[in-house]
Amino acid sequence: MISVMRQPARGLLAVLLFGGSFASSGQDVKDARVIRINASMFHYSPARIELRTGVPVTLELRSLDRLHGFNIPDLGVRADVLPGQAVRVDILPEKAGRYLFLCDIFCGDGHDEMGGIIVVSD
Amino acid sequence: MSLNRRDFLKLTAVGGAVFSSGLGGMNVLAGSRKQDEFYFVQLSDTHWGFEDTRFNADPKGTLPKAVALVNRLDPQPDFIVFTGDLTHTTDDPGIRRKRLAEFQTIVAKLRCGSVRFMPGEHDASLDAGTAYKEFFGDLNYTFDHKGMHFIALDNVSDPRARLGDGQLAWLREDLRQRDRDAPIVVLAHRPLFDLAPGWGWSTQDGAKAMALLMPYRNVTVFYGHIHQEHHHATGHILHHSAKSLIFPLPVPGSVEKKYKIAWNTEKPYRGLGLRNVGATLPDADFDIHEIGLKRG
Repeated sequence: MISVMRQPARGLLAVLLFGGSFASSGQDVKDARVIRINASMFHYSPARIELRTGVPVTLELRSLDRLHGFNIPDLGVRADVLPGQAVRVDILPEKAGRYLFLCDIFCGDGHDEMGGIIVVSD
Repeated sequence: MSLNRRDFLKLTAVGGAVFSSGLGGMNVLAGSRKQDEFYFVQLSDTHWGFEDTRFNADPKGTLPKAVALVNRLDPQPDFIVFTGDLTHTTDDPGIRRKRLAEFQTIVAKLRCGSVRFMPGEHDASLDAGTAYKEFFGDLNYTFDHKGMHFIALDNVSDPRARLGDGQLAWLREDLRQRDRDAPIVVLAHRPLFDLAPGWGWSTQDGAKAMALLMPYRNVTVFYGHIHQEHHHATGHILHHSAKSLIFPLPVPGSVEKKYKIAWNTEKPYRGLGLRNVGATLPDADFDIHEIGLKRG
């Protein structure tokens, strides 16, 4: 099961993901490492994110130009990434694997190539 | 080789989930049409304005070539449908309208007097379909042909790939007026099922549309977007995607990251084509014949 909670926090939109392969195990994510991801036409930077199971991280997404989406289909999780507003995704990987993410809001020529991968290892 | 509902359901019943038919002849229905049969032609993903010759060395010639091919069909189809991505996207509204106008001029050469159009995300997602509507009218609509009900859905003008609650209510009301045995064809650009969500090959609220359609016993979906022939069953409802007329894409799930398949100089136009769809009433059974584009 995956539950998604959105709450504004100091100007940020927090998206907290628990369950499935990225789960809460009761650990506090306040001290999680923050990985900043910039979204722009037509790529994410970085596009490859390497994580360890059991180590919480916060993905902080920003758009540098126009509206983009951030979607991890295998987890059933998505968020809008708007210019001028950060979106935080707190995650705790619990299962090793490769998880594709993509922009799911059509953003122009090159949209089809806009994606990346989260690689989780033990 | 052709594919019809009986064959497909037989295959899926024994464990097959995907079936690809080969290339058929051009005059497959000539001389054998009865009162309760007709055929239409589906073309898709022409992407007029795409100019990267690594993926199509004949970007300005492919669509006219397809038009000429359709014009040679004898007898002519009852109608033709383009299932989206008529043009390649651009941020410039002026260029978008120029491409739509050029596309319209080229397809005006089709001999068949009845041509239906639908938008793809490349045509309509960046301006909510504003320019498309100026040239081709409504984004979603219905029509009837020889007792078969056609429903054209718009899952592209919302850049989030959603049909939206308004359109779903419209669909519910349209279906409410149909008999449960009515022959129904749904036309869409994107797949209405989760074919490959990681590649954007899905509709966010497609499951809601499928739930509305499921009580109807004779429903078939024809769509585009994925630039290849593909067949899928959601229960008794069959989904058939069409080839593109600009460049092919990989088989879903065959590689981790989607990419455009490069132009094959040895076999130009490989993977590009259109299809004849023979319809038989009252069961809404279809014979699908793929026609590949070839050199010459």
